[in-house]
Amino acid sequence: MSNIAITDAIAPSTAAKPLLTRLGAGFVNRLVIIVPYVWLLFFFLIPFVIVFKISLSQTAIAMPPYTPVLDFRDGISGFFAGFRNLNFDNYVWLTQDALYFKAYITSVVIAAISTVLTLLVGYPIAYGMARAPATIRPTLLMLVILPFWTSFLIRVYAWIGILKPEGLLNQLLLSLHIINQPLVILNTYTAIFIGIVYSYLPFMVLPLYSSLEKMDYSLIEAAKDLGCPPTSAFWKITFPLSLPGVIAGCLLVFIPAVGEFVIPDLLGGSSTLMIGKTLWNEFFANRDWPVSSAVAVILLLLLTVPIMLFQQAQAKAQEQGK
Amino acid sequence: MNTTWSRFNVTSIVLGFAFLYLPIVLLIVFSFNESKLVTVWGGFSTKWYVSLFHNQGLMDATWVTARVGVISATVATVLGTLAALTLTRYTRFRGRILFSGMVFAPLVMPEVITGLSLLLLFVAIGLDRGFFTVTLAHITLTMCFVAVVVQSRLVSFDRSLEEAAMDLGATPAKTFFQITLPVILPAIVSGWMLAFTLSLDDLVIASFTSGPGATTLPMKIYSQVRLGVTPEINAACTLLIAVVAVGVIIASIANKRREVQRQLDEQAAQRG
Repeated sequence: MSNIAITDAIAPSTAAKPLLTRLGAGFVNRLVIIVPYVWLLFFFLIPFVIVFKISLSQTAIAMPPYTPVLDFRDGISGFFAGFRNLNFDNYVWLTQDALYFKAYITSVVIAAISTVLTLLVGYPIAYGMARAPATIRPTLLMLVILPFWTSFLIRVYAWIGILKPEGLLNQLLLSLHIINQPLVILNTYTAIFIGIVYSYLPFMVLPLYSSLEKMDYSLIEAAKDLGCPPTSAFWKITFPLSLPGVIAGCLLVFIPAVGEFVIPDLLGGSSTLMIGKTLWNEFFANRDWPVSSAVAVILLLLLTVPIMLFQQAQAKAQEQGK
Repeated sequence: MNTTWSRFNVTSIVLGFAFLYLPIVLLIVFSFNESKLVTVWGGFSTKWYVSLFHNQGLMDATWVTARVGVISATVATVLGTLAALTLTRYTRFRGRILFSGMVFAPLVMPEVITGLSLLLLFVAIGLDRGFFTVTLAHITLTMCFVAVVVQSRLVSFDRSLEEAAMDLGATPAKTFFQITLPVILPAIVSGWMLAFTLSLDDLVIASFTSGPGATTLPMKIYSQVRLGVTPEINAACTLLIAVVAVGVIIASIANKRREVQRQLDEQAAQRG
């Protein structure tokens, strides 16, 4: 608050500066906003408009492989004539083929289950870290962040060698005589769950940790003193207080997991169905750009609500930071 | 405060970290395997590293990836820092909600969507796919991560320092470069490193936006992984992990040193 008062007090002196300096500062100020703004508009927002437009086009054997191309080669009238050829055929096609519907549903279900699993694995870790002696907390934090720096692809790849029928996990279990026959884990949905939980664990632990670390531990002690058993103290105090972290962590895992490609492709094999993989195949194997665009548009619509929730959570965290 | 670090807490941390690190450790161990079978130990050997350096395709891909990473991380750091300044300093301008939406959405957007949409943009404006388009795509993705990292530092920045500098007659530009920039520099450096590793790591967006002659290392690794797991890929992955680990360790040591120096300076200032 005092800062604002000071700013007000010095305002006249800034006004007295030469006009040119002020104009210069204003220009620089505007540039700070305009440069990243225009970049994101051009490389993030406009591409979505193009995706939507192409999802309404038809497949063609040409480069680019869709029609109408909508350019100004035939003049303005040609550009607008092209609009008449746009239609929703690709979306109708998506509803008619049960494969796509199944892929969407499976992706959402897999992402939801994986998110819950990640929360179950991540919560005890984050809780343990928040309760750790303050001297070793930075080291623990570093250890959670470090895998995030190593390649996603490599971390997924590492699991192939572990989960294979002749892989390390089966070798271990067989030598301990826990199982008699190798387990089939690779190329199943179980492998996808393991892959997602493993790859996204830091995204869950970090927000959980930051909200658990801020918690006032004396609240738990007060509850204990008043005769509250530890489990109900957890559900009545700790968990509700960590809820912002839980929500942020779940969104950070769920949203990318729905459209995940690398994990279902490398660990799930050909027998599993997820929409990110479907889109990839539609684009690279079938070279059907309009249908893959339609798949992308529906996926984006599906994720609109979670993405908006995520943005709100971010904005809120930003406000609290101030 | 009485922090009880119970046995349960210790166990969950130990198990959690074992889960996080064991796969990577196994991957590194088996890169030194004599046998071609990745999962059967046949004695210590570094022959896969030797064959790695004779794999011209892999070497070319490494060079492409390094160049894309350095260029895109550098541009993304500049743009991301500007975006962070915009988010924290200019709370009122037209389209601010749209702007913050465009900064936060790419963080969670499924990569297949980002990749596809960027490719369609490049085709629509007639840009040939290759080195340049991958770099542009990586700048767009990573600048948002830089923005978030730098922004978290800017939020806790004491703005009275800037005001003091301005009062003493410094121009806004001088204030920025002499006061603001040094304070947020650690965040900018870690933003750059994050951008670089994200670029190094990216398979999906690169696959969409790249063209002939600009195969990146993840694309190369992916196409080989699809054919089967080999110790040579393990060796390539180990080297990649080593590069990143060394970078992170150097950065954290440098950070710690700066922190110690700052504390010494503060103590000296208080005494003097």
